[in-house]
Amino acid sequence: MQRIGVFVCWCGSNIAGTVDVKKVAETLGHEPGVVFSTDYQYMCSQSGQDLVKDSIRTYNLTGVVICSCSPRMHENTFRKAAASVGLNPYMVEIANIREQVSWIHKDMETATEKAIILGRAAIAKVHLNAPLIAGETPVTKRALVIGGGIAGIQTALDIAEAGFEVDIVEKSPTIGGKMAQIDKTFPTLDCAACILTPKMVEASQQENINIYAFSEVDEVKGFVGNFTVKIRRKARYVKEELCTGCGLCTEKCPQKKVPDEFNLGLSNRRAIYIPFAQAVPKVATIDPNYCTMLKTGKCGVCSKVCGVKAIDYTQKDEIVERKYGAIVVATGFEPIKVDKFEEFAYAQSPDVVTSLEYERLMNAAGPTGGTLLRPSDKTHPHTIVFVQCVGSRCDEKSEKGKPYCSKVCCMYTAKHAMLTREKYPDTEVYVFYIDVRTPGKNFDEFYRRAVEHYGVHYVKGMVGKVTPENGKLKVQASDLLDNRQLHIDADMVVLAAAIEPDKSARPLATMLTASMDTNDFFTEAHPKLRPVESPTAGVFLSGMCQGPKDIPETVSQASACAAKVIGLLVKDKLVGNPCVAHSDEMMCNGCSQCQNVCPYGAITYTEKEFRMPDRTTAVRRVAQVNPAVCQGCGACTVTCPSGAMDLFGFSNNQIMAEVDAICK
Amino acid sequence: MENNNLREQILFTANADPKKCMKCGKCSGACPNYDEMEYHPHQFVSMVQNGDIEPLLKSESLYLCLTCMVCVERCPRNVQPARFIEAVRLAKIRQQGENRLTPQQIPAKIEEDTPQQLLVSAFRKYTK
Repeated sequence: MQRIGVFVCWCGSNIAGTVDVKKVAETLGHEPGVVFSTDYQYMCSQSGQDLVKDSIRTYNLTGVVICSCSPRMHENTFRKAAASVGLNPYMVEIANIREQVSWIHKDMETATEKAIILGRAAIAKVHLNAPLIAGETPVTKRALVIGGGIAGIQTALDIAEAGFEVDIVEKSPTIGGKMAQIDKTFPTLDCAACILTPKMVEASQQENINIYAFSEVDEVKGFVGNFTVKIRRKARYVKEELCTGCGLCTEKCPQKKVPDEFNLGLSNRRAIYIPFAQAVPKVATIDPNYCTMLKTGKCGVCSKVCGVKAIDYTQKDEIVERKYGAIVVATGFEPIKVDKFEEFAYAQSPDVVTSLEYERLMNAAGPTGGTLLRPSDKTHPHTIVFVQCVGSRCDEKSEKGKPYCSKVCCMYTAKHAMLTREKYPDTEVYVFYIDVRTPGKNFDEFYRRAVEHYGVHYVKGMVGKVTPENGKLKVQASDLLDNRQLHIDADMVVLAAAIEPDKSARPLATMLTASMDTNDFFTEAHPKLRPVESPTAGVFLSGMCQGPKDIPETVSQASACAAKVIGLLVKDKLVGNPCVAHSDEMMCNGCSQCQNVCPYGAITYTEKEFRMPDRTTAVRRVAQVNPAVCQGCGACTVTCPSGAMDLFGFSNNQIMAEVDAICK
Repeated sequence: MENNNLREQILFTANADPKKCMKCGKCSGACPNYDEMEYHPHQFVSMVQNGDIEPLLKSESLYLCLTCMVCVERCPRNVQPARFIEAVRLAKIRQQGENRLTPQQIPAKIEEDTPQQLLVSAFRKYTK
């Protein structure tokens, strides 16, 4: 028989206002096994905790029931208090009489009755509790950062600065991500490349950072502190360690008509290419879809001109297996495809461009060398119409757009409009907006400057139709404040396309068993209090993969993420959760259902020899749980048809005892 | 309130929710008959939502909407403005003596190339 102490908390008037706490303590004091029962104003306070501790000593308690707030709030507090006086922390149970009683009931009599019932259930459970001891696992002191954009680079740099090894896996041939394509950054208008490329160089030179560019994550196994990851190093057909990035091959390659993805197809590159001048690593890559040598075996020009013999047409994808303690997701975003919005004629006219394309057209290193020329006839545009919210803020059921605000479009459109007016004052610039959203330091001032100082025409309304006609774009739009329909003959139309998570995010989330929302953004462990961690232990979130954000926010989040990773890697050992599943091998029938439902991959099956009652031996297939991977969710215990799976701390017997106590 | 009843009736007929509107004005940006109309698609949505229906009932705009459905097609929020215009029009012509079109008016309106289908749909649209 346990010796149980019951402690009823008032929580000031939070509980005591609706629940007769004296009566609860008095009634529960008569339950079997209860040797001490009391109430107190604030059980979680220092003196409240001392009361619990003193009572454990005085009455030799073997179990404790705290009737208070949700266990999510203070279970840990009371477990620690119990442990400090030598009682196993898993002998403490919480009866939630605040969130489940006082906060949701008005009538004191019924609320008190319910509090007593919940207290009884907790007492019934404690009778069946057994001391549990948490296991420990070592931590591999290396982090993996998936994605080499500004988010991934910043996180990697911060982790490396703290003295831990970091690997960056980037799927494209260079790190830098979307920021490398951007011309200037709002609201300061400093050049994106000027602030990004030094960080890229720093990442490549930092001795703790190892960059796997042109690589992808193929498989993730293991658990927090002990991940094993297979990285596919895609064939570049160029030996990375030999290539000096001189670029001679990219000048001599005869295949000149390959759409350049760095310029979003606005210019061409060769079949062997270096994405841009400041690429890191600065190594050439052969595009097998266009390389004549790889397709027909007849060319080999790059191999002939290469002074260091770096070209290797026989190169194959290579799999590298590495161990990590923590994984950071920094997979970023892409703009949505806008050709589905046929009213904007994106597919019909080259002069209708997305904002990222416009960014390249404004960029000194872009296809036009920074001179704004419209793509169709390379002339200066004199009237430009910007359309905001293309695909953002759509109906939830929309097939074309996204239900969320993409957050960055208002500001980059103001930037584009401002820069255009500054460089080409003879250009009329119209911005059609639904709302102008500028919450950020110096953001609204920036937008007002575009309107007041640069004379950008901001029109409250939306473009309904764009028709290419005689080299012009006929724009039909509403002007809601003047209550009229506008017809503008524009030379260019720029669409502020909604952003969406990178396509690689969804399969990666499956590999990591990390949760996502319906828009494929990674879900954080807590939207306010744990914003850079995934609910999956050991997986951290950095940048746009978690939700739309601008560069300053991305960098802040990236550093916050690094701090969390460092906090994990600095530990030598991790204390596990002892409330994990275990199987009764004699009862297991080998059906595999638990393995199928386990979201963490914690269950494996093994063939085991058993001594049978008739003294023969038989080999049976039985389930085994890896306690370090198991998160104690209990899915296997309810699935198991033979009752072989059970959860420490939440056993089937304990839960039935609670139900019985409630139904008594 | 009588107006409230009318509003409820129109909302019921329209079977659409004006609260979904984010007031972007794309419906009116897309409308091909905007300049002919006194009240425009986005105003129908907003005025029905606000119960400001009397001016709509009196307006010729009810019959100038072509029911081309471009506002429905382009609306990012699936508000379906044409349904509100249709519902207000029905509220009007369903009142006694408010038929917009009578058979006697037809001969004067017929031209050589008027398709028969147009007459059928005109009767559907402008009569009880």
